[in-house]
Amino acid sequence: MDGGRALIRALENEGVEVMFGLPGGAILPVYDPIIDSSIRHILVRHEQGAGHMAEGYAHATGRPGVAMVTSGPAATNIVTPLCDAYMDSVPMVVITGQVPTGAIGTDAFQECDTTGITQSITKHNFLVTEAQDIPRTIKEAFHIATTGRPGPVLVDIPKDIVDPGNPRSAMTWTDDVTIDLPGYNPQTEVDPEAIRAAAELIRASERPVLYVGGGILKARAADALRELAELTGISVVTTLMARGAFPDGHDLCLGMPGMHGNFTAVTAMQESDLLIALGARFDDRVTGRLDGFAPDAKIVHAEIDPAEIGKVRRPDVAIQGDVRLAIEALVAELATNGTGDVDRDAWRSRLSGWQERFPLAYEQWVPGDPLKPQYVIECLRDSTPDDTIVASGVGQHQMWASQYWKFDHPYTWINSGGLGTMGFSIPAAIGAKVAFPDRMVWAVDGDGCFQMTAQELVTATVENIPIKVALLNNSYLGMVRQWQEMFYEERYSEVFLSKDVPDYKMWAESMGCVGIRVDDPEEVESAIAKANEIDDRPVVIDFRVDAAEKVYPMVPSGATNSELVVPPFQQDQPR
Amino acid sequence: MNTQAPDYRYHTLVVTVENKSGVLARVASLFARRAFNIESLAVAPTDDELFSRITVVVDLESAPLDQIVKQLDKLVNVVEIRELYPGHAVERELMLVTVSAEPDRRDEIVEHLDRAGGKVLSVGTDRMMLSLVGLPARVDEFEDLLRPYGIVELQRTGRVALATLDDHDGPGR
Ligand SMILES: Cc1ncc(C[n+]2csc(CCOP(=O)(O)OP(=O)(O)O)c2C)c(N)n1
Ligand SMILES: [Mg+2]
Repeated sequence: MDGGRALIRALENEGVEVMFGLPGGAILPVYDPIIDSSIRHILVRHEQGAGHMAEGYAHATGRPGVAMVTSGPAATNIVTPLCDAYMDSVPMVVITGQVPTGAIGTDAFQECDTTGITQSITKHNFLVTEAQDIPRTIKEAFHIATTGRPGPVLVDIPKDIVDPGNPRSAMTWTDDVTIDLPGYNPQTEVDPEAIRAAAELIRASERPVLYVGGGILKARAADALRELAELTGISVVTTLMARGAFPDGHDLCLGMPGMHGNFTAVTAMQESDLLIALGARFDDRVTGRLDGFAPDAKIVHAEIDPAEIGKVRRPDVAIQGDVRLAIEALVAELATNGTGDVDRDAWRSRLSGWQERFPLAYEQWVPGDPLKPQYVIECLRDSTPDDTIVASGVGQHQMWASQYWKFDHPYTWINSGGLGTMGFSIPAAIGAKVAFPDRMVWAVDGDGCFQMTAQELVTATVENIPIKVALLNNSYLGMVRQWQEMFYEERYSEVFLSKDVPDYKMWAESMGCVGIRVDDPEEVESAIAKANEIDDRPVVIDFRVDAAEKVYPMVPSGATNSELVVPPFQQDQPR
Repeated sequence: MNTQAPDYRYHTLVVTVENKSGVLARVASLFARRAFNIESLAVAPTDDELFSRITVVVDLESAPLDQIVKQLDKLVNVVEIRELYPGHAVERELMLVTVSAEPDRRDEIVEHLDRAGGKVLSVGTDRMMLSLVGLPARVDEFEDLLRPYGIVELQRTGRVALATLDDHDGPGR
């Protein structure tokens, strides 16, 4: 057998059903066996699209996303998705072509030091130099990507070891390859001593909060979490990466904390005496200024990655291991030894008082006003099925989508949290729709973001992946505009895009999508209804929304979470 | 895992890594991107050809030891990390130095050298090449002593270390 065929076979053996990519010189020999493979290959229009599609697929399914591209410029084009996946712990395997082994280091055509460039933004990467090593390396790549704290793994493959015309590609296929990773042993089991100590803190706490991060989703721990919350009656905040991990409709759900979190979620953490952090990493967007974050809280930190424990905030009890196992052990402990008899009525009434006085809200539309972006999200939320998957871009529209959607199921919210990658939504939505062709997938995008990756709608049309795009078009790089308005005395520098260029409806139509434009609030519902009925091609709705609308609440950067700014009409409420 | 270190600014880690190409670059770039400062670093293959051993002295003013160790441990090619607490390790460093030495000053230099336990490797018309193996602090002192004579060229290896004999199952990790 040759290395190229072995590579495809190894991917098939890993259960890969779909991969996203675009061929070129160095990876050419691997594209030939794809013709005969069971793996569906989706031809993208830009390699960044392939990477984000693989991420979208992985977010939606929990299975590793796979992308394959050629060397040099293709490899550099996929650097952004690799970094994105690294920051958000997304399991992904990226295969890149490389110049032949003999040419490495000579500045050959389309050579770049791909493993060097991606070293710090992958969980691990490999440069394979012998055809015989291909099956084992692929196995190792999938193992690393999917175990412990998941993440992206890159495998760089020089052309000579996959090209059947080159003797260096000759290898012997065998089914029993074993991984050889002496330095890789993620610890999943949790220490019972730590569980007991955590349970003690929970029993004694008057103002506990379950602070839930994206790790819950990675660990498939949503059911366990619900059990823990219901057993203890402790309220839950779900970070941007964990929206959907606990149902928004649940009585104990406080919603999203952080820079644009709602007042109750932010303040509950701030005033808490015990934060039970589960699969969360105390990101700066959640903590605000660190020395003023949750000053009275003891910390229980359950986390798979030892390096996250104590990195930002020293825990009182550290539970290193798989967070699902940690929660299950906690539930068992608390069920056996009781959840304690501390009276938390006062705390509960403070929480509900905040919820009453400071709900997420925006100034309602009055005739003559431009369309409100939050209203569009609410309409979309109310007229789509419960299991709709929402993928968002990065900016104001992302925050409104996260705030105003009601997530009642895990894996229905896909976004770029750690890296904040504009252009994420359309390819990520495509990846999710490929995984779940029978479910509705909406991308909520900004006009700035749309212009970064819209070309993948061509992919969606040609490959028959009918996603829907709600474009919250405010003619601005709105999030940056908001910062300039609030912190740079309304000096707007390079944030205005254009009122009429491009024509998104025409652009959508030129890519084979249905294009719809909505200016009038009265038309929002009918436009969404129309989009929901179309299932044979992608749809783009260009919602022309109010450019002056800001995301509230907001913790100004550098401020503590106690300095959360609420919308103007709530500013007189007693905190 | 005991990560509580005594209160010293510099701390020696012995890191066993897979002997594969690019591994040193991974370790070095980790230190750079996480803003961990390295005081010294020495690498060489071990008696097992599959593994290399890196002796790295880290500066705990830049980051807590615990973070440095855990981040290093995340590198897939890092197999084992042992902390060598000061006082529980035998540490040595080699210095090669060429120093200006007109004939009338050689005796003086050799006297310093003898006291430090070094060797004369070769003697030229106006220069001498010396070597010294010793505790890093002693090597520092000797370097200071030589400076007034005029150091022409100098190379130090960075420190290498082994756990003390009675301490082999001791406080390492
Ligand atoms: C690739 C990239 N470049 C720049 C930024 C900085 N940035 C964050 S939000 C934003 C504005 C996004 O504009 P748009 O997509 O129109 O969304 P809006 O905020 O208007 O909803 C920018 C420029 C980024 N996050 N990603
Ligand atoms: Mg915009």
